[in-house]
Amino acid sequence: MSTPEAEVIKPATPAGPMIRTLMGIAMLSGFLVVLTYQLTKPMIEENQRRAIEAAVFQVIPGAVARKDFVINETGIVAVTPENPAKGLLVYAGYDSEGQLKGIAAKAAAQGYADMIYLLYGYDPVCQCIRGIKVLKLAETPGLGDKIITDPNFVANFDALETHLADDGKALANEIVTVKHGTKQHPWEIDAISGATISSKAVGKALNQSAQHLLPGLAPHLKKMMEERFIKVEAEVTND
Amino acid sequence: MAKKENSTITWDTFSEGLWHDNPVFVMLLGMCPVLAVTNSAINALAMGLATTFVLLASGTLISLLRHSIPKQVRIATYIVIIATFVTIVDYTIQAISLDLYNALGAFIQLIVVNCMILGRAEAYASRNRPVKAVVNALGMGIGFTFALLCLGVVREILGAGSLFGFDLFGPRFEPWVVMVLPAGGFLVLGAWLLLFEWLKQRKERTELEPAAETR
Repeated sequence: MSTPEAEVIKPATPAGPMIRTLMGIAMLSGFLVVLTYQLTKPMIEENQRRAIEAAVFQVIPGAVARKDFVINETGIVAVTPENPAKGLLVYAGYDSEGQLKGIAAKAAAQGYADMIYLLYGYDPVCQCIRGIKVLKLAETPGLGDKIITDPNFVANFDALETHLADDGKALANEIVTVKHGTKQHPWEIDAISGATISSKAVGKALNQSAQHLLPGLAPHLKKMMEERFIKVEAEVTND
Repeated sequence: MAKKENSTITWDTFSEGLWHDNPVFVMLLGMCPVLAVTNSAINALAMGLATTFVLLASGTLISLLRHSIPKQVRIATYIVIIATFVTIVDYTIQAISLDLYNALGAFIQLIVVNCMILGRAEAYASRNRPVKAVVNALGMGIGFTFALLCLGVVREILGAGSLFGFDLFGPRFEPWVVMVLPAGGFLVLGAWLLLFEWLKQRKERTELEPAAETR
């Protein structure tokens, strides 16, 4: 490209300007990223709050207000963004009279393509799962994503039985996914033909989570159902 | 800089990316988002607009700083600038709509490695003044968005029977599922490339024929 003479004439760039440029760009980059982060943070948090709330109200029929709890070794503790606590997070849904309608919790299991993340609603009156909402999935469109759209599959969760065993340490009957058309018991999930792996993942996720959550939740349910919670504050405004 | 910059802005500065040097249909750049997120028209549009913003913002900044970036560290500098604007887009999309953010998945972050953007930074923005770089980046961005939409529209209509989420054919339509799967991306891209090549060749033929007749 260049002749030997040109190479001699051309001065080499000293290290100083190179370091200065990279440092300057890095500082500018840091400033812009932090600025955007700070500006968008309240909006992103509000979006996440709304998404969770919409999902909770969807899986707990009749719920219009939500309160968050964690279950840990000390019992069940109400949590707020200002007052966080460690443990298993559950969302309690209340109707307009302040009556507890159900408890929503997250569940996850390996699907066909990736992890399937769910939220499900537990109804303490019928001791059953009243609804599920897929939070995240990467299943094959048209096949695995039928777990969201297939009405027959969704109907499994109108009242999926989750009674506790007599000793209260586990479910009386494991939640299992059975082959399409062979469902006989109310704790069984009728799989979608052609999307068996995704259907089984839903059953596995619910069983794992319910086996863990419900025995821990049971001792507190009576107290929770006696307490009333009415959302008093108006729609939360962005500050 | 020793080299004199040609600073005149013509229609070609803008239209280059739209048609003649379309990043997808002619240069075949940025194939990763082209194939991955064009399974619906709305995803294609959002990815196109996000890429256009990164292209515009990084092009402007690189063009402004072109005299002060030493040659040896230029690629590192460009990548940091591009990554910065991609992060800004990432946060902005999360603030606008979580559903859209989840639908686009990792491909927003992967705009950083879209070779079209680095290619434009190296070949154009670093050699032209800001206004010209912006005009060219806008053309390229619109050309990229147009190409993504071409794929997204066809794939959504055939693979889901809808357009921008609106049902087109009613419940009796049986979707052609392969179209929203990765294989459909390749098929539709191939079909579009075929069409564009055919149009190009036809244009060349019609341009040659009158010339031959006059001889």
